[in-house]
Amino acid sequence: MEKEFTYPEPASLEADRLGEKMILNIGPSHPATHGVLRMKLELDGDLITRADPIVGQLHRGQEKMAENLTYNQFIPFTDRLDYLAPLCNNIAFVQCVEKIAGIGVTERCKAVRVICCELSRIASHLVGIAAYGMDAGSWTVFMYCFTQREKLCTLFEQLTGARMTTSYARVGGLARDIPEGWLGNVNSFANQFLPALDEIDALITRNKIFIDRTAGIGVVSPEQAMQWGLTGANLRGSGVASDLRKDVPYLGYENYEFDVPIGVNGDCYDRWLVRIEEMRQSIRIVRQAIEKMPDGPVNVADPRISLPKKEKVLRDMEDLINNFVLVTQGPDIPAGDAYFEAENPKGALGFYIVSKGGGVPYRVKIRAPSFVSLSAMQEILPGHHMSDMAVILGSFDFVLGECDR
Amino acid sequence: MVVFLQGRHNIGTIFLIMDKCFQQGFDAKSEQGFICTKLDSLINWVRANSIWPQPMGLACCAIELMGVGGSRFDIGRFGMEVMRFSPRQSDCMIVAGTVTYKMAGSVKRVYDQMAAPKWVVAMGACACSGGMFRTYSTLQGVDKVIPVDVYVAGCPTRPEALIDALMSLQNKIRSERSARGLFSK
Amino acid sequence: MEKEKILSEMPFLSECKSSDGILSFDCPPRDLCRAAQILRDRFECQSLNDISALDMGSGMKSGRFAAVYHFFSHTKKKYVRLAAVCESAEAPKLPSLCSVFKGADWLEREAFDMMGIEFENHPRLARILMWDSYPWHPLRKDFPLEGREAPLPPSFEGNEEAAKIVPAPEEGGPFHSPSCGVAFVSKKEPRSRGGDCGKDIEP
Repeated sequence: MEKEFTYPEPASLEADRLGEKMILNIGPSHPATHGVLRMKLELDGDLITRADPIVGQLHRGQEKMAENLTYNQFIPFTDRLDYLAPLCNNIAFVQCVEKIAGIGVTERCKAVRVICCELSRIASHLVGIAAYGMDAGSWTVFMYCFTQREKLCTLFEQLTGARMTTSYARVGGLARDIPEGWLGNVNSFANQFLPALDEIDALITRNKIFIDRTAGIGVVSPEQAMQWGLTGANLRGSGVASDLRKDVPYLGYENYEFDVPIGVNGDCYDRWLVRIEEMRQSIRIVRQAIEKMPDGPVNVADPRISLPKKEKVLRDMEDLINNFVLVTQGPDIPAGDAYFEAENPKGALGFYIVSKGGGVPYRVKIRAPSFVSLSAMQEILPGHHMSDMAVILGSFDFVLGECDR
Repeated sequence: MVVFLQGRHNIGTIFLIMDKCFQQGFDAKSEQGFICTKLDSLINWVRANSIWPQPMGLACCAIELMGVGGSRFDIGRFGMEVMRFSPRQSDCMIVAGTVTYKMAGSVKRVYDQMAAPKWVVAMGACACSGGMFRTYSTLQGVDKVIPVDVYVAGCPTRPEALIDALMSLQNKIRSERSARGLFSK
Repeated sequence: MEKEKILSEMPFLSECKSSDGILSFDCPPRDLCRAAQILRDRFECQSLNDISALDMGSGMKSGRFAAVYHFFSHTKKKYVRLAAVCESAEAPKLPSLCSVFKGADWLEREAFDMMGIEFENHPRLARILMWDSYPWHPLRKDFPLEGREAPLPPSFEGNEEAAKIVPAPEEGGPFHSPSCGVAFVSKKEPRSRGGDCGKDIEP
């Protein structure tokens, strides 16, 4: 029998107050800030009374870049947004472009994209919980998670040629079809991953120290979460059953059977549980997708959008010209605007693209879930002890490349 | 084995060396426990095999840097697994990721805080030259603010390439004239 | 029908066309706060997911800047889009939605930083992605991709000699200028072979 545990009292606000304020700067080069986040904290003794996250240390001008590149040229830049789940970003971006242009991708392409999304969700959550575990003082879970992640990286490498920066999706399809035998590799990964995940789960989830450090800490109420615009696992951890894969289905997610785990208390511990469970659900989706993987092409048959086959380019003048025009000028996307949010591991990654026609977008706004999660910190952190900061930041699982863009 | 060094300014430095590989080639018994070697090679040998990196993880490359620390690539095989986030405790700064103007001042400050001798590895295209981000906010290469010893290509750098870079850094350290720096001034 | 209900509740809105099926309305700036509040309270739009600032081109006298708001209803699973056009092109202003949606705080700061739209009644309208003393608004259409010279951020304090903010080299890059699709011709990448910059690099 598993013993019920009780939540400790949240840090008391009034009892520990000294009345003396002190400003503490953490970061931008600090292990607890997951990158180049800088936190300016106002402390009263050990209590945080005001928190001011300072972002922008990784602002690389991606939105400006997008205005000067064709749609397909921008795909490698989406890799560097949330660099823990690049495949998800690629796919979210091209989905948005396809929405403006009204392109419907093939069934096989959809299924491959679903597998890609779910595998990179697992890869991202693995780093997320590895860093989270490290923040809570557990080094072992980092090693376990990275062992699994390396296997995923090998799968991505087989598929796309790169471990992390995949650039796999294209407007109207994919860069190439899946290699032979890859689905079998994915399947055997899935088979060995579930026991490994159970092991990670057993290492941490019932660990007394971990529960003491996370339960009742960083509580976000459902209203608060929606007010701040939190999305993804952070919103579900607060008990809001909102998953874009179910709510606004894309890529045919409505045809897959999976559950959406939600938390009860909205604390750091619940966000951990949600992430662990999401990985199991992802494996479920991957298995279904492998099972009913349709045959056929992965790119749409429209020559104005998809590149012609290489053999034809080498043989036919028309295809060579078509190839040249598509590569240099990009597929012509009609004027219009579209907003598309995809359920990414970090939350809802949104793209708002304004097109005035032609191959180059007029404006690309990236709605970064990490940016939104971090903005909520100014309300969530105050009232907690300094030592809880690392755990709370870890539990929100943000990535600065996406936050700062 | 204990080695005593006496410097011009009366700096007594003691190296306690208990590694087998140093004893290879020397028959400690027949030499009555004494080894004659150049001070340079002694110091360089010590420095090259205990590089403590300062992971200046800025962007995507930082994840590969974490991968190098993970179980598959295991940087610990080269005596470099001791990632130190404190600049005072580290010898080699691995600049992993895009350096923006907003961040460059902090990178420079952390570098200044590191104790000599110190080395810098620019990991990935962004740290080497700004990479694909030729924009208004990106510093075009970290070598504009701090001196760089080893440049590694890749976007992001593969873990094998980083290990290779650190091994070439070891080679560089082995060829340095360290003793001169120890007693000058 | 949702659209008629919204329009009858808020007659100041006018419907505009969208190519992605999201309900879209134009909203005069002065009514923006009211519209957001009504959307939140009566139409169950619990969160403000995104604010996108737009620059419609520097040639426009009025209506150059606009902000596009995306609201999401977690219960109805629907998006609503509001677009508000700033009246002035020199000093674009919009009301802040921070009192209605807390999440608007950083999104508005970002729009201010990148486009220079001022949000009135914002609790702390400061730059967020660039540093405070940065003089430009980089996402405006008249700002070049490679950037302009600017003062160093405060983290360089005591190190002013260390670096300079100069335009990034663009030549040889795969860039299209937004209007005509011609590649940029500006400064060379310093490490490229040939040319003036490459001379100090040994072959």
